Amino acid sequence: MPSLKDLKNRIGSVKSTRKITKAMQMVAAAKLRRAQEAAEAARPYAERMNAVVAGLASSVAGSEGAPRLLAGTGADKVHLLVVMTSERGLCGGFNTVIVRLARAKINELLAAGKTVKIITVGKKGREQLKRDYGQYVVGHVDLSEVKRIGYDNAQGIARDILARFNANEFDVATIFYNRFQSVISQIPTAQQVIPAVFDGGAEASSLYDYEPSEEGILADLLPRSVATQIFTALLENAASEQGARMSAMDNATRNAGDMINKLTIVYNRSRQAAITTELIEIISGAEAL
Amino acid sequence: MADTMQFDLVSPERKLTSVQAREVRIPGADGDLTAMPGHAPMITTLRPGILTVISAEGSTEYAVTGGFAEITGDSVSVLAERGLPTTEMTQEVYTSMVVEAKRHHESAREEAGEEAVEAAAKLLADMVAMGTHIGLDPHQASL
Repeated sequence: MPSLKDLKNRIGSVKSTRKITKAMQMVAAAKLRRAQEAAEAARPYAERMNAVVAGLASSVAGSEGAPRLLAGTGADKVHLLVVMTSERGLCGGFNTVIVRLARAKINELLAAGKTVKIITVGKKGREQLKRDYGQYVVGHVDLSEVKRIGYDNAQGIARDILARFNANEFDVATIFYNRFQSVISQIPTAQQVIPAVFDGGAEASSLYDYEPSEEGILADLLPRSVATQIFTALLENAASEQGARMSAMDNATRNAGDMINKLTIVYNRSRQAAITTELIEIISGAEAL
Repeated sequence: MADTMQFDLVSPERKLTSVQAREVRIPGADGDLTAMPGHAPMITTLRPGILTVISAEGSTEYAVTGGFAEITGDSVSVLAERGLPTTEMTQEVYTSMVVEAKRHHESAREEAGEEAVEAAAKLLADMVAMGTHIGLDPHQASL
């Protein structure tokens, strides 16, 4: 049985923890709003880009001159996984779910006898993946100094990936990130970026004149499209991270509240018990006289 | 036929402008072109240059680099990797862009084939031309 003083200290420390988690939750809420706005603002560009590239791709696909970014290297041997996580912790299961998805994919690829290469974006994912798959990690992108994710950051990552692709370092590239659904739900997503895949029916592109040629435009746009997809993923991830942190901190705040209530009850009970014991001692003392 | 068309200028980070335009002058990869309502549908890539939008309120100029323009009969969407009004274009921003183009040129010369060097050189030349048009000095950007 802890003493009264211990209990009092304990309650005090849980109270200050609650203050911290509460503050973090509010900060995350503010950052979430900004991250969501950024993701929203980037959407028109990504959508148009995707539509145009998809249209072009469907008309060029299968022909001889299709760019390698679209047609692939013809092999399916080496896979590059770009795993995007957060730079900071205290955001619930955010990083774990991405890493779990990546891990499942890695094991599946390894079991199928493929070679795996990993690039991590964000410190937290690297820490988790390095433990088991350290020998496969070929690169790391540090975004801890970045306050607001800009297109430049995505471009840097894309440039690195494309350089590796041109040097024949891998055949297939997939990015892993959390798609933002709502504050309480983020969906871990794996998206193949090289060779490019497009879902859904592409609009008929024969409508347009192309200048220079269809192939020329496609060769120009595909690298940009990779950068755009990465940019979108980074923004989604940033919004998801804040969402996850917000709900994790909300939970923590509530748990701290529950704990304070419980501790207060224990504290009051033992105080009461102490008083009762003292009273009994006084009364029995008086009776003995 | 309508005498205006929807014009959108979008960068990866945000939508820069969305207006009804009478005429849009686009720095296409194969040469400048002007899109007016009823233009034949086309898609063209951009070179660094000045994009001019003429609407009911007058004309606005934007400096754009990289990307493409999608023209249909009643709308023009320009997706530029970087785009900003020429009035907001400072020497500082411009210098950093030129430096980047120069660096790209250098690295292309070292590693890539002749074609890439030519493309990078053209990009650099376009960049210089754009700066001269706005009245900024491309020579401040020393590598």
